[in-house]
Amino acid sequence: MRKAELIMAIVMAIASIGLMWKSAELPVGWIPREGPGGGAFPFWLSAGMLGCCIWIIVRWFRGYFDFHGETPYMDRETLVIFLTGSVSLTVMVGSIYLIGVYGAIPMLLIFYMRFIGHHSWLLTATLAVLFPVVTFLFFEIVLTITLPKGLTEPLFYPLYDILM
Amino acid sequence: MEILAHLFDGFFIAFEPLNFALIVAGVTIGLFIGAMPGLGSVNGVAILLPMTFLVPPTSAIIFLGAIYYGAMYGGAISSVMLGIPGASTAVATTFDGRPMAKSGFADRALIAAATASFVGGTISIMLFTMFAPPLAHVALVFGAPEEFALMLLAFATFIGLGGDDIPKTFFSIFIGLVLSAVGLDIVSGEPRLIFFDIPGFFHGVNFLVLAIGIYGIGEILWTLESQKGEVEVSRLELSYKRFIDGIVRLKNAIMSMLMGSFLGFFVGILPAAGATPGSLMAYGVAKTMDKDPDSFGKGNVKGVAAPEAANNAASTGSMLPMLTLGIPGSPTTAILLGGMVIWGLEPGPRLFVDHTEFVWGLIASLYAANLLTLIINLAFIPAFIWVLRIPFTILAPTIFILCIVGGYAPTLDLHDVWLMLLFGIVGYLMRKLDYPMAPAVLAIVLGPLAETSLRQSLLIAHGSPMIFIERPIAAVIIICALVLLFLPLFKLIFGKRKK
Repeated sequence: MRKAELIMAIVMAIASIGLMWKSAELPVGWIPREGPGGGAFPFWLSAGMLGCCIWIIVRWFRGYFDFHGETPYMDRETLVIFLTGSVSLTVMVGSIYLIGVYGAIPMLLIFYMRFIGHHSWLLTATLAVLFPVVTFLFFEIVLTITLPKGLTEPLFYPLYDILM
Repeated sequence: MEILAHLFDGFFIAFEPLNFALIVAGVTIGLFIGAMPGLGSVNGVAILLPMTFLVPPTSAIIFLGAIYYGAMYGGAISSVMLGIPGASTAVATTFDGRPMAKSGFADRALIAAATASFVGGTISIMLFTMFAPPLAHVALVFGAPEEFALMLLAFATFIGLGGDDIPKTFFSIFIGLVLSAVGLDIVSGEPRLIFFDIPGFFHGVNFLVLAIGIYGIGEILWTLESQKGEVEVSRLELSYKRFIDGIVRLKNAIMSMLMGSFLGFFVGILPAAGATPGSLMAYGVAKTMDKDPDSFGKGNVKGVAAPEAANNAASTGSMLPMLTLGIPGSPTTAILLGGMVIWGLEPGPRLFVDHTEFVWGLIASLYAANLLTLIINLAFIPAFIWVLRIPFTILAPTIFILCIVGGYAPTLDLHDVWLMLLFGIVGYLMRKLDYPMAPAVLAIVLGPLAETSLRQSLLIAHGSPMIFIERPIAAVIIICALVLLFLPLFKLIFGKRKK
């Protein structure tokens, strides 16, 4: 946990410097008759972020550490849970470009319910069909919000003809 | 009399068929969300906000307000039955609720929690009705310097009263404000912080993207981690006789409920405080005031009644600064405030003048939601306990799907879904190191208003920051903010002297 505290502070400090540099693309000083430049607000706030990171780093080197002690930041079991959650979501969002939301939803459900939860195929299949149908009816028909469909777009034309 | 007339009109709005149906739906959904371990009102409101685009703003806020209320009630269910707080606001309920359930009195604990929540809710809405209009009236004279001073006060409360690590709280506020600056400069219209020239950044970072990322995806990752072990759902025996017995036994806890209600309301008004410290303080006061403090932690019904009354009262209290000053009193109200902006309303005192139907419809709906939540909660306790038995391998992907679809809906841009995923994962990793996330959400909501009021103030004063001292109301607010900012330092100095 101690190392993680330092690594996080260093990463955030680098991000803060990046934000300061990016903010400085617009004026960060006072412009006569216009007031503070467009970059001033984010620039000085990013500088504040950097200051906080330095504060945390200095504190770390001075031995201040009041929480969690030497417990690991992420044990093996937690790491597996974290990777399962984050990678499955990343794959799901990435697959939306190809198979659309209505293909990605059943994929995520099958992965979680069947392969992690070991639920029956019947329950998994029922929810994997029911979810996209309810999502389609609620978003596309009731709210008229079109969700991305990727390559499956043409498959929905007949449905639009019938329902809209 | 004017207040009563407005309230009467508000009831007409709240009892319109659509709004009433939304109150029923909202409190039921809220109860289910609150009952799920790890999920609370903030998660429910963040995830379901995009679903409200279908209805008018008044109906939308009524629906979300009902979810907020329902979730506050529901949090006690998993605290008592599982020993895992439904949300941080129900932590104090676990101290005595869980021992009661283990002793075979889960029904008494749940009845006490529901009744106390009702008492807390009712008293706080009455206080709200009394205090909100005069406060909004005072706030009508506020200009840009006073508005900025108020923003500063809201951020300062997180430092002074939040109880989190100081540099990490500052960092959280700063990053939220920087994210709010992404997009186009509000004065010159020039592109600002457009990373890697990705077009998605031109429309800025929607607060919902951060809120759903942190309170949807990040929260589920957190819950998945914290629920690695098996949890045991307590047995519940509930009959008509036991129900009446549970109600009768509550007479000993009336004072605790009243104390919790008033304390919770006033603590709830403070932006960084809210329902969690409110309920913990109420628990502490109830224990200190009691003749038998040793019985607390072992199944004393007052230990359930006081924090439950307080957390419901605090949820109403947190709406007071949101509606009257445009400053949210809790992360949930920060999201509600952001919702108002999406619905085309300007949060702040002018709501009481320009959108009376919105304000009074919401206030009246809170009365209705409070009563309906009590009825639905007590009538369907077994159904809410059933929720606790739903495996997380079904709940987690369901919530993930809601997050992804909900994150896409406001802007119809997959770029926002990627950002949401990033915020969820980074937020989870930072939360593990005790970086508080609520200040970041508050900051991204208040950021545009804070920047506008700061720049306007400096422009009026030709760049002199003395404008914040020369105007009396702004000066008083700034002094309060400075006191809160330096409060941790005072504590440190006086703490060392005592040692």
